[in-house]
Formats: sequence, structure tokens, C-alpha cells
Amino acid sequence: MKPLQNILYITKPGAYLSKERETIRIRLEEGPDMKIPIHGISGIVCFGTVGMSPWLMGFCAERNVAVTFLTDTGRFLAKVHGPLHGNVLLRRAQYRAADIADKSGTLAAAFVAGKLYNCRQALLRCIRDHGETPALRETEKLLSDRIRKLTSIEDCDTARGMEGDAARSYFSAFPDLIRKDDPAFAFSGRNRRPPKDAVNALLSLFYTLLVHDVRSALETVGLDSAVGFLHKDRPGRPSLALDMMEELRPVFCDRLTVSLINREQVRASDFLTNPDSGAVTLEDEARKRVLAAWQKMKQETLTHPFTDEKIAKGLIPFIQARLLARHLRGDLDGYPPFLWR
Amino acid sequence: MAILPFFGGEPMMVLVSYDVKTADIAGRRRLRRIAKTLEDYGQRVQYSVFECSVDPTLWVKLKNQLLKEIEPLEDSLRFYYMGKNWKPKVEHVGAKPSLDMDGPLIF
Repeated sequence: MKPLQNILYITKPGAYLSKERETIRIRLEEGPDMKIPIHGISGIVCFGTVGMSPWLMGFCAERNVAVTFLTDTGRFLAKVHGPLHGNVLLRRAQYRAADIADKSGTLAAAFVAGKLYNCRQALLRCIRDHGETPALRETEKLLSDRIRKLTSIEDCDTARGMEGDAARSYFSAFPDLIRKDDPAFAFSGRNRRPPKDAVNALLSLFYTLLVHDVRSALETVGLDSAVGFLHKDRPGRPSLALDMMEELRPVFCDRLTVSLINREQVRASDFLTNPDSGAVTLEDEARKRVLAAWQKMKQETLTHPFTDEKIAKGLIPFIQARLLARHLRGDLDGYPPFLWR
Repeated sequence: MAILPFFGGEPMMVLVSYDVKTADIAGRRRLRRIAKTLEDYGQRVQYSVFECSVDPTLWVKLKNQLLKEIEPLEDSLRFYYMGKNWKPKVEHVGAKPSLDMDGPLIF
């Protein structure tokens, strides 16, 4: 089993990272410098005003360490990209597949099917643990009906349409997953840029962290994260990463959000509301706790349904990226989305 | 079906302690170089004690680098192989608590 490599999160404003031999040197405004060997680190995520030397950026690119800069509220700013590596033949196969309508349609349908299956699984888990509500049962029925229909779909637009209304229905049942009766955690649908309530703030942060992980997984196997199937190309958008995220969101982000709230690991007082924009963000200490919970969740082990390997949850993006690469190369007949058990 | 590439196996913990004769300039140079090499792979937990969480491939590399630096007639290196399940075997008391490199790294 590949060890799950650690991700370094820098949240202290004014921190500066530089390269020292084979280590990442972290200079904080207070306290002594720290040195962390780069081996064992697979990514660096910087929040807010964090500086990084060009030498370290280059070193990270060379070592395939993904570097992402986010604002202090967790909105994506930039990532550091080294020279593209990996197999050019694989990337060509990816571009070709993206240009063939029925091929990209089938792939888009696979991503959506994975998403709907995993959303349904999240609802079923809740029904099993806490009993059903009308909204949960109804959405569960709708999702399982859509999943059946998706198997015969070969065009992107139909897949997108199904994804859209299934997602709407899923999020309308989402409040029933939250067992905590606190107005601070009321949820009435997704909103973002900026998130306007605590639940959306958590979801947005986790989606951003997941994009970071999926993108580096795709680029590690040599795929181009910008050329997607379900998501159309748009400059600066990691479309393929967004495609692959669809099936992983319920497993990684939605579930963690729900369990942080239900287990009272986050409280209403952990969130700050900006009086002008209405944006809701996590307070510094709470964000650290939430990041720690995210890292811990990635270390949970499970058996991958397709490869039958016992792995850490955090490695799922890497396995899915490899499976997609195999499919695009023609070694696998279809792309098997990750189906949560 | 093995879909993950070979990454050199699971990481293990090796404790490295060194004692370098620093009576002359060459000795002090060896001391410095050994410390720097170890900093690249592990965490300094005491002045001449490092904890290195390395997979077997990386360990071979690190060990070779260390063996090249020392003067076998004057210096000594000790490697304690703590294996994969090392955490219950280590207890720390007092100043300079170490950083858990496998835990969440949030600064």
C-alpha cells in the first residue's frame, strides 16, 4: 500500500516558506523556525498572506508536491505548476476522448452516476442510523431512478441536466442529515462566493481542499486537469478535477460536514459573519480544528470496491485517476466511478 | 488488482544517534554534515538524536549518505529500528516536544 503522504497547511499570517537543502523551512513571525523534510509531504496549502520563495516553488514542482494558495477564507487563488510531466500519449488520448461526443458523454454519465450513487448512499446511511423522513425517502427514490437511467446515456447535456436536478433534490433533503437543532446550522440550499451560512462555509472549504487533492492526483498520473468531460473547458478552470470531484464530494466533504456538526465538533460560535457581505467564515482556531478533522478523515481505511485493495480514504483520488488513465489508454472498457459502500 | 505503483513500502521509524569526535576541524565538519543530512530526512528530537520516518528505499539512501560522512575509527552511529508501530514505544518527558510528522501539519 502506498503510504498516504501528508499535506502541510499554513494558516499563520506572515509565515514565509523557503527551501533549505531537502527541507521546507517555515519562518513564523513568532517562535523558532521549523524544518520539515519534503519527502513525506505531497502538498502544501497556504491560507492568506503566506510567502514562498521561488526556489521552494521550483523544488515542489520538481518533486511533484502540489502547492495551492487560498485566501484566508479558503477561496482559491492560485496553484504553482511546474513543467507538465507524465505521458504525452495519455494526454493526447484524453484530448481525443474529450472531442468525441459519445465518449465524453459516457464518461460524464459515469461521473454523474458515481455522484448520485454516493449521494444516495449518504441518505441511506442516515435513514439506517436515524430513521427516515419523507424528504430523505423521496430523494432516495428519485436518485435511484436517475442512476438506472444514466446507464444508457451517451451525451453530456442529458448527463448535466440529470446532475442538476438530482443535486437540487439532494440538497433539499440535506437539512434532514443534520441532526442538530440549532438555527446556526439551518441549511436552505447551496450558496457560495461567498458562502452565507455555516453549513455552506464548511462545504465550500472542503470542496476547495478536495479540488487541491484531486487535481494533484490527476496530474500525478499525467492527465491534464483542465480538460474535462462533464465540465466544459474554461480558462483557468480545472474541469477534469471538477468532474472527478462530483463522485467524491458526498464521500469526503458532505459526510464530514454533517458529522462535524452532529458530533458538535464545530459550534455556532466558531463562525464569523461579515456584516457587509454576509459571508460566513470559520474563526482561526476552529479552522485549524476543521483542517485536522479533514486530514484525519483521509487516514480512515476502506476497501476500494473496484480494485479490492485496502487503502486510506485519502488515496481514493489517486486510484480513480489511475483508473481513468487506464480507461483513456484503452486498457479498461469503461471508467469505474468510486462507489461508496 | 494492484493499481498503485511501488513506492518503496510502508514508512518505518528509525532513531539515529551519533557521536562524532570533534577535536579537530575535520571532525567538526563531519558533525555538521551528518546533522544536515539527517535534517533532510528526519526530525531533530535532541542534540544528536534524530527520528526519521522513512520507507525502506529512502532508508537505504539515507544510511549510505551517513556512512560516507563518518570516520569509522573515531565516530559512532547507532540506528534503532522502531518499525511501523513505534508510537506506543516512545514516551517524551520535558522540554522540546516533537512534532508528529504523520499527524495533521497545520501552522
